[in-house]
Amino acid sequence: MADKRATLDELIGELRSGMTIGIGGWGSRRKPMAAVRAILRSDLEDLTIVSYGGPDVGLLCAAGKVARIVFGFVTLDSIPTDPHFRTARQAGSLAATEVDEGMFYLGLLAASQRIPFLPTRAGLGSDVLRVNPELRTVRSPYDDGEELVAMPALRLDAAIVHVNRADASGSGQILGPDPFFDELFLGAADRRLMTTEAVVPTEELVGDGPLQTRCISRLLTDAVVETPHGAHFTACVPDYGRDEAFQQAYVTAAGDPEAWAAFAARYLEVDEAGYQAAVAEGAA
Amino acid sequence: MTAAGTGSPTRADVCVIACAEVFRGAGEVMASAFGTAPTLGARLARRTFEPDLVLTDGDAALMAGAPPLGTDPSDLVLESHMPYRRVFDVVWSGRRSLIMMASQIDRYGNQNISAIGNWSRPTAQLVGVRGAPGNTVNHPTSYWVPNHSPRSFVAAVDVVSGVGYDRAAAAGAAATRFHHIGYVISNLGVFDFDTPDHVMRVRSLHPGVAIDDVVAATGFDLVVPDVIEETRLPTDEEATLIAELDPRGLRTREVPP
Repeated sequence: MADKRATLDELIGELRSGMTIGIGGWGSRRKPMAAVRAILRSDLEDLTIVSYGGPDVGLLCAAGKVARIVFGFVTLDSIPTDPHFRTARQAGSLAATEVDEGMFYLGLLAASQRIPFLPTRAGLGSDVLRVNPELRTVRSPYDDGEELVAMPALRLDAAIVHVNRADASGSGQILGPDPFFDELFLGAADRRLMTTEAVVPTEELVGDGPLQTRCISRLLTDAVVETPHGAHFTACVPDYGRDEAFQQAYVTAAGDPEAWAAFAARYLEVDEAGYQAAVAEGAA
Repeated sequence: MTAAGTGSPTRADVCVIACAEVFRGAGEVMASAFGTAPTLGARLARRTFEPDLVLTDGDAALMAGAPPLGTDPSDLVLESHMPYRRVFDVVWSGRRSLIMMASQIDRYGNQNISAIGNWSRPTAQLVGVRGAPGNTVNHPTSYWVPNHSPRSFVAAVDVVSGVGYDRAAAAGAAATRFHHIGYVISNLGVFDFDTPDHVMRVRSLHPGVAIDDVVAATGFDLVVPDVIEETRLPTDEEATLIAELDPRGLRTREVPP
């Protein structure tokens, strides 16, 4: 059986400038932040980011990595909006594809199923159709004749998700209450990249939670990277909750260029081990 | 008329009652509510006149009963798994009743939570349209606006997130089939769209609110009936329940006395 274990550098080496990259999780929950930080340190640019957005989007915007954002929301959950995302949008420097969050789901599902679109009522009558003039409607071929939105497949060059546990062959386990749409991000992508709190023997996955927590099959993954605390500062329950103090510090720093430069020097212009050390030091 | 020990009803209490009334007759549907008064309203309705309402724990589950705000998550009894992917099944099935908030709302009930100003380069980026487009064309939706002003009640919203009556009608039968904007509840009153062309109408004003103040705080022409009702006060039982559901008084932080 293939051993899919890789390093963070190897994982980022799969990515190229200009790619469309899906990022799993939801808001400020179970985001593959170690991978996001690695992208910040890379020379990747001109990315299209597809995300149920949280601080992943904000950090990538702050670093000038994002050419286009595909989103239904960007939120830090306990703080309504992300400051860097706001700044980028208000500067007009960020192209955007804004869709209903259910349309977003159907776009990933269509891509996973290799079909061009899925029909939905969501979006009808709203400005989602005005601000995305490329969106089309489709008429039901049956007697009802309903005209629905044809949500196009959100095909991804790569997807990155973060899970609680995984084994070396790329089966993933999500121990928190919501698997979000990670399975569909992976299904929609050409390169399927998974980070995890811990790579463990398959037998240990069995001990950690019921069968339905082992919801990412190895059919959906190409590489698995162990990144302990890799979702920090987003929530990764039950391993750890959101680091609210750190998130607040992130937001506060974003409000002032000098403070942000200091934050970036301390936390972002260092490797992942340096980041985790700085976080541990700050919390002590 | 108030329960002993609870004092006279506050404006916030009246807002809770108005939100609870949104769910009257809803039956066994998933009640989703954003904001303090709507959350309390849903729980109050569940405890009183809509015992079959299904409430969410705010995370990934449906919970039994209607516990007070701030209940420790480990003390909740979870009756069903409801991750986001399954929430969409509920939304699209129509078995849901929702109170959303609105940064802007207009006279046809269009709502904006996406961006203020020009969408391409907004003066203020908000959270995004979220599920508002899909919600409003799939199941009954009402709105809660705790800060009624000409900035929130506007002639035309900047980005139509939740779909109002005029936009649903223009989009056709598939958009109007399950579309229903019930009420808009603000800190000043309750509004509905029970007019021939579905424009916003004053349904009731909260006790102590003058119609002139509401007209001045609204950025478009409201339909004002000849006789203006007053939003009802909580019964003694309801006042006691509201106090029990909100022991720390969060509702008066949202709507000051």
